[in-house]
Amino acid sequence: MNSKPAAPTGQVRPAPEDRRGFLKKSLTLSGGAVAALAGAGVARAQGDPAILKLPAHSTGLGQPVAARGYGMPSEFEKNLQRRESPGLTRAGQSSVAFTPLQGLFGIITPNGLHFERHHQGWWDIDPRQHRLMVHGLVRESRIYNMDDLMRLPSVSRIHFIECGANTGMEWGNVAVPTVQYTHGMLSCCEFTGVPLSKLLEHCGADIKKGRYVLAEGADGSGLTRTIGMDRALDDVIVAWGMNGEFLRPENGYPLRLVVPGVQGVSWVKWLRRLEVGDKPWDTREETLHYIDLMPDGLHRQYSSVQECKSVITTPSGGQVLLNKGQYNVTGLAWSGRGRVRRVDVSFDGGRNWKEARLENPVLTKALTRFNIDWVWNGGPAILQSRAIDDTGYVQPKIAQLRAVRGTRSIYHNNAIQSWLVAANGEVSNVQVE
Amino acid sequence: MSRWNNAKLVVFALAAGACVQAAAQTAKPLYPGVGRAATNAEIAAWDIDVRGDLKGLPPGSGSVSRGETLWEAKCTSCHGSFGESNQMFPPLIGGITPEDIKTGRVAALAKGGEQRTTVMKLSRISTLWDYINRAMPWNAPKTLTADEVYALTAYLLNQGNIVPDSFVLSDKNMAEVQARLPNRNGLTRDHGLWDTRGKPDVSAKACMKNCGPEPRITSSLPDHARGSHGDFVEQNRLFGPVRAVSLSGGAAVAAVTPPAAAPAADPAQALAVKAGCMACHTAKQRGIGPAFAEIAAKYRADSGAENKLMAKVKSGGQGVWGNIPMPPFANLQEQDLRTLVRWILKTE
Repeated sequence: MNSKPAAPTGQVRPAPEDRRGFLKKSLTLSGGAVAALAGAGVARAQGDPAILKLPAHSTGLGQPVAARGYGMPSEFEKNLQRRESPGLTRAGQSSVAFTPLQGLFGIITPNGLHFERHHQGWWDIDPRQHRLMVHGLVRESRIYNMDDLMRLPSVSRIHFIECGANTGMEWGNVAVPTVQYTHGMLSCCEFTGVPLSKLLEHCGADIKKGRYVLAEGADGSGLTRTIGMDRALDDVIVAWGMNGEFLRPENGYPLRLVVPGVQGVSWVKWLRRLEVGDKPWDTREETLHYIDLMPDGLHRQYSSVQECKSVITTPSGGQVLLNKGQYNVTGLAWSGRGRVRRVDVSFDGGRNWKEARLENPVLTKALTRFNIDWVWNGGPAILQSRAIDDTGYVQPKIAQLRAVRGTRSIYHNNAIQSWLVAANGEVSNVQVE
Repeated sequence: MSRWNNAKLVVFALAAGACVQAAAQTAKPLYPGVGRAATNAEIAAWDIDVRGDLKGLPPGSGSVSRGETLWEAKCTSCHGSFGESNQMFPPLIGGITPEDIKTGRVAALAKGGEQRTTVMKLSRISTLWDYINRAMPWNAPKTLTADEVYALTAYLLNQGNIVPDSFVLSDKNMAEVQARLPNRNGLTRDHGLWDTRGKPDVSAKACMKNCGPEPRITSSLPDHARGSHGDFVEQNRLFGPVRAVSLSGGAAVAAVTPPAAAPAADPAQALAVKAGCMACHTAKQRGIGPAFAEIAAKYRADSGAENKLMAKVKSGGQGVWGNIPMPPFANLQEQDLRTLVRWILKTE
């Protein structure tokens, strides 16, 4: 007889709801042994009470329509929340709330879980009072209100947004335990708005002399970033829509810039002003922050592109595998330069790799969901994913990044992430060489 | 334009033949009726940016000594008396040498190990001026006059030993100060991460089999740090093939229990968070400012405490709990202010 190795199965640890172990007994004991069980044992062996005893929701009347005018997630999903990294900042108005990537599916981030980064607190701005000014090297400086903007030809496109400092705490060593904190300054939505190129055309921008556009927010920080004209004319959107509804206040209601492939700070929220100019502005977020320190002491300025990157989200740090056997290992891949072409996954810390399945759609400058089957044999393993984009760029190892950029860059860490699975099923954040 | 005029135009175009029609078509405005011209006053009100080459810098001046007075009143609560404080934000001042001012490169940035202060990174004087002008003070941005911004900029430069005590900064000498900034030569745009066609600086290969030596774990979280980001059980779904690791000991896997209803948020507490009080205060522990419990204990016997504290929150104060001043919160509504103060006075 052909003896295939037996698939590894078996409980590593009991799921709490199974602690009476009725199923294990009923399914693994032989007929004779079951017969030997007396009384209560026999009753349990008949099956799962969740099936045998009809629950209230099958035997009663449920809730009416519109009981909640704006629907909310199930009570059982309450643990998936945006969270701050303790001690990262002192003031909540100048801080970050990370997206719980460990529990999400597909590529779209639910609006309420989109990561937050504010420089001087967020506001819920009255859209009737909001104005956008376009001026500088233009034929005519113009003012638009929301009514005006929503009359212009619109587009809806799915793009990821990633903070330049995402994974920034991990440049030197492992610093945080879970994927929410290592990679959670990352979200992906369908954004609706007018292409910036249309607005620039409408105002008669001098695109020969005016090689740069300054974008400015209406909040207290008046956040400002320079966008190169080539990019401004390419795929930048002045957006009001987010996943089919208006932007959330925390994400710039009623108007923000969408700069596909570029770090989040350039996606100016509460957008009030666009100025066309002949030089970059060297604003505070371009000379003191969002600059990458290199080993020679020079800071790289205007490092904007979010290079190809991926991470396994399930299983990930802080989680535990209950059983040996089959798993659907899943994660996210993205590139600020285009589409994800391929994702490879390793279960042995990078010695051997297998190509993962990409879920559709695979869109340019958007998150791409990947999956791969894995049969866990109960031994230790190191899980990694590696993305390749359509320019041929391969996501590097942390050692390869450090060799060029050192460990103090803060920004643009797109290294391969490693998750150690211990024999007891616990998953933790590690770095390997 | 009236309806009649429109009609007349159409008639004119029809009568004048194909040539005129073509001309009228090329002149057809893009997106008619959308937006309007900006007035000069509107542009002046919003166009506040000062560029790296100092374009946009308004006239004005301010001395180091005036800056010091303003600093004590408006800035010390977050940045400390000399801009060196690390409590609220990273320090502004420290870490540079006279040699750095000569070379325009801060040597400590190449060495590493030290905390990077603002003045160590500062490569454009415009940045300092523009940011103070647009975003400071933190809870009342865009309320400083141009002269005040010059004075505060002068004070900071003085704290960084870049200008002398007697210095008066103005639009006339900003460029001279730029030439003295310790890290003025410290920025580079020589990389492929800006341009849409930029080339990557790191290149990796996608080996598939028997790649490299046996992997070695070089970094992991020490046991004591595993709980630094809270209880994983509260941050993961309660069912599914992977669960949260329980850090609380005992059962290694969290029991499946429906989440308890969140306690109703205290509206006064929400108000305190929103107003920014919690940046400096907590209920029990002294931070930058006194704990609310300390304030409540001090004023317990004082029948006029409520009005006294409301005035203090509104206009700011200093000296009761130490030298760090409390900034004014002038924008708080009377009713919110009362709710807040009553809540603070109830803290035990």
